[in-house]
Amino acid sequence: MHIVVLVKPVPVVGTEHLDGAYRTLRDTLELNGNDEYMLERALRLTEADGDEVSLLAMAPATGVDALRKGLAIGAARAHHVVDDALEGSDIRSTVSVLGAAIGRVGADLVFAGAASSDGAGAVVGAALAARLRLPYLADAADIELVDAAGAAAVRVRRPMGSGHEVVQVDLPALVMGTQLLGEPRYPSLRGIMAARTREIITWSVADLGIDPATVGGGAATTQVTSAVVPPERGAASVVNLPPDQAAEAVVDFLAGRGLI
Amino acid sequence: MGTIWTVSRVTAGGSTRAGLELATLARTIAEAGGQDAAAIIVGPDAADAGASLTAFVPRVLAAESVAGRPWAATATQVVLDVVDLGRDVLLVTAEPEGLALAGFLVGVTEAPLLVNATSVRWDADGLSIGMSAYGGRLETQSRFAGGRGRGGIVVVRPGAITATSAGVPGTVEMVVPGADALDALAGDVTLVEHVPAAPEAVMAIEEARIVVGGGRGVGGPEGFHLLRELADALGGAVGATRAAVDAGWIDYGQQIGQTGKTVRPDLYLACGISGAIQHKVGVQTAGTIVAIDRDADAPIREFADLLVVGDLFDVVPALTDAVRARRAASG
Ligand SMILES: Cc1cc2nc3c(=O)[nH]c(=O)nc-3n(C[C@H](O)[C@H](O)[C@H](O)COP(=O)(O)OP(=O)(O)OC[C@H]3O[C@@H](n4cnc5c(N)ncnc54)[C@H](O)[C@@H]3O)c2cc1C
Ligand SMILES: Nc1ncnc2c1ncn2[C@@H]1O[C@H](COP(=O)(O)O)[C@@H](O)[C@H]1O
Repeated sequence: MHIVVLVKPVPVVGTEHLDGAYRTLRDTLELNGNDEYMLERALRLTEADGDEVSLLAMAPATGVDALRKGLAIGAARAHHVVDDALEGSDIRSTVSVLGAAIGRVGADLVFAGAASSDGAGAVVGAALAARLRLPYLADAADIELVDAAGAAAVRVRRPMGSGHEVVQVDLPALVMGTQLLGEPRYPSLRGIMAARTREIITWSVADLGIDPATVGGGAATTQVTSAVVPPERGAASVVNLPPDQAAEAVVDFLAGRGLI
Repeated sequence: MGTIWTVSRVTAGGSTRAGLELATLARTIAEAGGQDAAAIIVGPDAADAGASLTAFVPRVLAAESVAGRPWAATATQVVLDVVDLGRDVLLVTAEPEGLALAGFLVGVTEAPLLVNATSVRWDADGLSIGMSAYGGRLETQSRFAGGRGRGGIVVVRPGAITATSAGVPGTVEMVVPGADALDALAGDVTLVEHVPAAPEAVMAIEEARIVVGGGRGVGGPEGFHLLRELADALGGAVGATRAAVDAGWIDYGQQIGQTGKTVRPDLYLACGISGAIQHKVGVQTAGTIVAIDRDADAPIREFADLLVVGDLFDVVPALTDAVRARRAASG
């Protein structure tokens, strides 16, 4: 069983900013939080001998620390598509590059996070599934591997309001899951040591058989034309009164703003 | 001349609310740009359900859902059959099915895609899409490269527009999805178990004008009961932090923040919530934020408008009473 987990190195949440050309600065990157849930589940599903979890990221060179963290958490190796030509890529470029890389890695199962904190499109998983013609199971709250009449299959539980459904499909497949999969583990000291010797395989766009002119900012099908930073919210006025008086103060405040 | 399309899903015999909003948006943009507007609806009894859209757009195409096939796979096929993404614009909603549809279409066609739109309008240079990034810390305007006349897909956030009818009713045509080129997309998925959701209607936090949020300080399901009473008195919905969701006090569907939903209510009332950045990104564009916390230095004071320092188990019931009294007094 080989599970490839798509992990995106993203700007530290809360510190994101753009450069003069409206591109997100990517000097310090962390592992996208949503992808850690998938990595955790991938590790739990691959405890048998010969099983393997690898990471795949398309990111600038600064993404390497995030990949190291993924290795320290327990992935066996990482694949890093890194190329200056990818700067300013649109979703279409990202999907073609990741699609080619998945083809190169070969996987029984591909895991994608629910959304990246910077792209936040929550579409890359579905797009890759369609591009690779893999069945797509989304919003997993639980993922199991099962034997379906001799064939390996994946079974996913997805919540639907207060109900849920359980669906199953033969491998290979692409699964996107959520935080409900459970708390990810922290890297252990042993894992951090082990990560130092684990391999990070780097590929350029050309290595994947893609013409660099078809990806990145120059080939982007969308463009940002302006960006503004809305004013920060100011700090709060503080009410420090006994409950009844505090409640009256809040109601007056809300009434003053036409909210009640 | 291009067409502005939208795709919606059948729910309770009609279009989803998001579908009506997007149909309104499609019509508005088409009028501004001198284009056609049309809506696609996919689901069971699609022709009947499609009638709910005729008040909003001149032309509705209805496609029956296919048993055992995911909604997004059928919808993808219909779009491939009728929409020219090189020239037309397709608006889809940022709910799970819409995201899967947008993703499938990009995977199959490499069409341009813009996500997280909070506004879509037609100006002198063509379509201009407003997006809110990083939880509202940045607002951008974007276009499809190539300018006027270029098509693509726009994923629109719920609540970006209010549905208004057109005056002249439109027509419904049935369409039959073409060749099953997308069988692989649907996969051979078997349904192993299905437990339907209870019909008790929990108000969707994305649609509520007032949201009462609860965090770890709420302490348990009983605490959330107090919050629900306050929300009822205000006519709002109850949301939560991840801490409260992980503790099992409230459903994940009510979570606000980085891995939950982004909401933009007129009023957000945060109870026992410290204001971590991952929560903040989901609420910071709320009109007004009032926090109740026993810690006067909780980080939420940095972005709330009003912070009530106190124990929520005292303040929330008092506030519920005060709201009821004020509402009763003002009739
Ligand atoms: C990848 C990732 C994604 C995440 N995504 C999300 C997300 O989507 N949404 C989210 O919310 N969080 C998210 N988090 C978690 C986030 O970092 C915080 O841990 C979480 O928001 C804290 O929740 P809280 O405010 O309820 O709890 P706490 O931070 O523990 O705050 C509780 C507050 O309640 C107050 N309090 C306690 N008792 C009372 C009382 N009786 N009366 C009044 N006040 C009281 C305390 O003073 C404190 O301020 C994410 C974290 C990570 C790493
Ligand atoms: N550049 C990337 N490298 C690796 N994985 C990615 C990349 N972009 C997106 N993904 C995966 O796709 C998921 C959804 O991303 P998005 O559509 O950007 O919200 C993420 O959680 C990742 O698992």
